[in-house]
Amino acid sequence: MPPVAMQSLAQILTDHADAVRSAWITAVADELRGRTSRGELEREQADIFDALVEGLQRGGERIGDEPFDQLRGILSDVSSARARLGFTPRETAVGVFALKEGLYGLSAQGVTTDVTPLLRLVDELGLFTFESFAAAREAIIVEQSEQLLELSTPVVKIWEGVVAVPLVGTLDSARTQVVMETLLNTLVETGSAHAIIDITGVPAVDTQVAQHLLKTVVAARLMGAECTISGIRPQIAQTIVALGIEFGDIRTRATLADALVDALRSDRRTAATVLA
Amino acid sequence: MTTATLERLAVSTDADVVRVRQAVRTFAQQARLSLVDQTKFVTAASELARNMLVYGGGGDVEVEVVSDGRRTGVRAAFADEGPGIPDLDLALTDGWTSGGGLGLGLSGSRRLVGQFSIDTAPGAGTRVEIATWSR
Repeated sequence: MPPVAMQSLAQILTDHADAVRSAWITAVADELRGRTSRGELEREQADIFDALVEGLQRGGERIGDEPFDQLRGILSDVSSARARLGFTPRETAVGVFALKEGLYGLSAQGVTTDVTPLLRLVDELGLFTFESFAAAREAIIVEQSEQLLELSTPVVKIWEGVVAVPLVGTLDSARTQVVMETLLNTLVETGSAHAIIDITGVPAVDTQVAQHLLKTVVAARLMGAECTISGIRPQIAQTIVALGIEFGDIRTRATLADALVDALRSDRRTAATVLA
Repeated sequence: MTTATLERLAVSTDADVVRVRQAVRTFAQQARLSLVDQTKFVTAASELARNMLVYGGGGDVEVEVVSDGRRTGVRAAFADEGPGIPDLDLALTDGWTSGGGLGLGLSGSRRLVGQFSIDTAPGAGTRVEIATWSR
């Protein structure tokens, strides 16, 4: 009867706890040398070990069983912590798989019971750890791309009446929307008459990017601001020409500095006209 | 680090288009294209991958470094199982679009690369192959 077998395995683990755990920790410590302290590992393993034994005593057989709820909780905490600390998948999984080292040693301790179900369980635990690790990594990536979306679109005031957006990276619809909104809002807030969109950090300008840029410029114009696109590098210029994109009467400049000088000049002209 | 000579990528989201662009750039660098040719090739790949996503409902991209013994080049194939293009001449006309774009993607990318071939029929999907050789 399986539950009885699992419970007797729990008994074996408790009886040989010291031997199993010391073999386990030695194997892990070898792999993780310098990444984490032995004290930390011992605490971590004590938690895992206790939860495992408890789960077995309560008749758990497979990782998905209810008696292992606590064990799964601990494992997913440990693996997401590792993912955040930049451990490799191997370094994370070895923490569980090395438990087998302890189990292999059991026969030398005079244990005659077949511990195969335990080994199988450890495999499942390892896979679970791996899945939690991957899920944690996914979550980090999603988080980072959201942060990037916000970070990469700062609108900065570089002179009285002149705001600039240095664009870096890929421009997709979502990002352009954010850029356009923040740009238009900043124009109003700062009462600026000039906006400079700098595309030095954009690796490729295809028709979609160009279309987004054109729309932003037109929107800024509707609000009475003059918009300049700067930072057009030679290879981008040649690509735009070959692609056949017309920038029409939109002002473009090679560098942000040129664009700023331009904006200041036209400002001075406007001021002179008003004074006269 | 080993350098892959062939890579297959599935395109089903906007983020995949970015991945295609990055992969193509890596291959174009491996093929020792000039910076201008690299940028042109990457831009063309970006157009075609997006076309595939928008009009073909997604598809597969295959990128590889090719060599004829004397020169190296980069080749990319974009295949989808979408509705195909009914009037190819019209689709290759500058400024014509069936969507909301500028109408320069397909026609423009033909000018950006060294070799361009397109194989399509209504209801049979579309396959576009582009290649640029180093000079």
